[in-house]
Amino acid sequence: MKNLSLRTEDLSAGYDRSPVIRNISLHARPGQILTLIGPNGAGKSTLLKTLAQQLEPLGGTVFLGKNPIKSLSANDIAKSMSLLLTERIDPELMTCRDVVATGRYPYTGRLGILSAEDHFKVDEAMALTHAMELSERPFRAISDGQRQRILLARALCQDPGVLLMDEPTSYLDIHHKLELLGLLRRLVKGRNLTVIMSLHEIDLAQKVSDVIVCIKNGQIDRMGTPEEIFSDEYIKTLFDIEQGCYLTYCGSPELPKSVGKPSVFVIGGGGSGIPTYRRLHRQGIAFAAGVLHKNDLEYPIACALASEVIAEEAFEPIGDEAFENAKALAGSCDEVICCLAKFGTLNARNRELFMHRNALCPQRMRQRMQEYQ
Amino acid sequence: MSHRAKRQTACFLSLALLLVLLLLLNINTGSIHMRPGEILHVLTSRETADTQGQIIWEIRLPRLIAAAILGGALSVSGFLLQTFFNNPIAGPFVLGISSGAKLTVALTMIFFLGSGRSVSSGGMVAAAFAGAILSMGFVLLISLKVRNMALLVVCGVMIGYICSAITDFVVTFADDSNIVNLHNWALGSFSGTGWENVRTLTLIVLPCLLFSFLLSKPMSAYQLGEGYAQNMGVNVRVFRLELILLSSMLSACVTAFAGPISFVGIAVPHLVKNLFGTAKPLVIIPASFLGGACFCLMCDVIARCAFAPTELSISSVTAVFGAPVVIWMLLHRK
Repeated sequence: MKNLSLRTEDLSAGYDRSPVIRNISLHARPGQILTLIGPNGAGKSTLLKTLAQQLEPLGGTVFLGKNPIKSLSANDIAKSMSLLLTERIDPELMTCRDVVATGRYPYTGRLGILSAEDHFKVDEAMALTHAMELSERPFRAISDGQRQRILLARALCQDPGVLLMDEPTSYLDIHHKLELLGLLRRLVKGRNLTVIMSLHEIDLAQKVSDVIVCIKNGQIDRMGTPEEIFSDEYIKTLFDIEQGCYLTYCGSPELPKSVGKPSVFVIGGGGSGIPTYRRLHRQGIAFAAGVLHKNDLEYPIACALASEVIAEEAFEPIGDEAFENAKALAGSCDEVICCLAKFGTLNARNRELFMHRNALCPQRMRQRMQEYQ
Repeated sequence: MSHRAKRQTACFLSLALLLVLLLLLNINTGSIHMRPGEILHVLTSRETADTQGQIIWEIRLPRLIAAAILGGALSVSGFLLQTFFNNPIAGPFVLGISSGAKLTVALTMIFFLGSGRSVSSGGMVAAAFAGAILSMGFVLLISLKVRNMALLVVCGVMIGYICSAITDFVVTFADDSNIVNLHNWALGSFSGTGWENVRTLTLIVLPCLLFSFLLSKPMSAYQLGEGYAQNMGVNVRVFRLELILLSSMLSACVTAFAGPISFVGIAVPHLVKNLFGTAKPLVIIPASFLGGACFCLMCDVIARCAFAPTELSISSVTAVFGAPVVIWMLLHRK
């Protein structure tokens, strides 16, 4: 365990003397995952490249532990910091084990011959990433998920204090994304690693990171714990989302709602309405939803997709005002769908609404929509 | 010992054995036939007074040593270029480096012979090196613009053609006395190599090979791409410069002594990599050297014997054996 932190002070960097990133001051600590999020072209990769010493800073300093990174030799840096890059590698005639073993290079002598200890470290890293069974397979012949595991093993057997990763989950399916990030979470605590990575999947960033750094227009826009950073409005401004929205609470991106006067009224609650909302939304049918409590799990989704939502305050029985509004709105719609099979004391008046308009059940509605097509 | 280590040891031993056999075959082949006993006698007694001694010591031995060393140098040069461009079809001939060297050597020869002086072998190497670096510079300039490897190779071939065209032009207008000399050389041949040449080329090639061998470690890091190599502590800029200089020096040296020789630089490293089942520079650099030496010795025997007493140019023989390997390699790439 090397317990190294990575810190930058007023870092700026870019290509051909014009800075892409400016005034970056951040501090990544051991045992933590720091994730860079932000729109495409904001400078996340440029920042990672600068931290990895692949790009000369135009100003400011990078500190590895207590020392300015410039004062360290290339080999010392290699022993304290390793990389997982997005660039595809295509090594000829190399087995997976050969690729992992390259991580030991900074520790070997002039000719790069591995010692017994090096071999042990290679095995250890492959076991950690559950890559042992790939050992003798040619690197070119394995899948993207397996490649990422091998490259992570490579980075780990370099025995770093700091691990930099550029989009480690790109090319991976959801199974392998979860596997990789789960593994990373365990490693960070187990080895007290300092991890800095960029992620496009902000839902995963929210779940896996200890610190989030938001990069926008080459600068740090905000920095903090996921709880401090993630709010629907902020994500919308950070990424300049104009169409649709991002629901932080559900971690789900939503397409723009269908607009216009609602023609269907959906009575939902407790998540029962979500499939119907999605179906109507896909068909491009404008709809209204109600009466929902503001703490209902489907309330944010209804707000994201329905053109109108009738809502009641949390934990309150449905009041007269909401009920009358819903009744009027349902009356103006062509159809009313009730997704609820059971009613409780708080939403008892949804039953009234249901009786009042003799609503269709979702199955009947589904048939109806198939008739439309 | 692991399976792989056993395989590699076996391959090294067989290549070494093949080299010895080819050396024996080479020394025993020629217009004047000698029995093995006679050859052994000449070799052990260091007898150079009679004709047989003359043939062995002054013609066959320097020639076969040059063929072996230059063949090895050419293969290693090809392997270095393939690593540099991360492209299995890069090689000194394909990228126009040999032709660049050929052009400057032709110019130098005409200039010096025209003014009645002779060119030392060191001077030839210097001229070839300048030409090689010049072509290499063009290829590098293009590689900055063109990321596509196939296109880069096409550009290299074009540079090669331009250099050859200028060489032909110069040769056409050279004095008659120079032409015979130039023409033989421009086609590529190991004939007429003397001990002085062998000494010079050994002094140049061996240190270059040793230096290349010492670059094995950064080379294997570089095989994963620039980004990872840099992360492993390789100074990529210096390393790339070293690769360029070494590969140009090696191929320039070959061109200076034997003219442009085609396909060895691509075919041999490819065969050797598949034979050894690895692309690790630590193994492939010495293996390429051995393989290249064997390949050129074999081709030289064929060049001398196939239509004796007429001698073929070495480059046409290497092309006959090398080009199919390259085609086969292109077809079997995934």
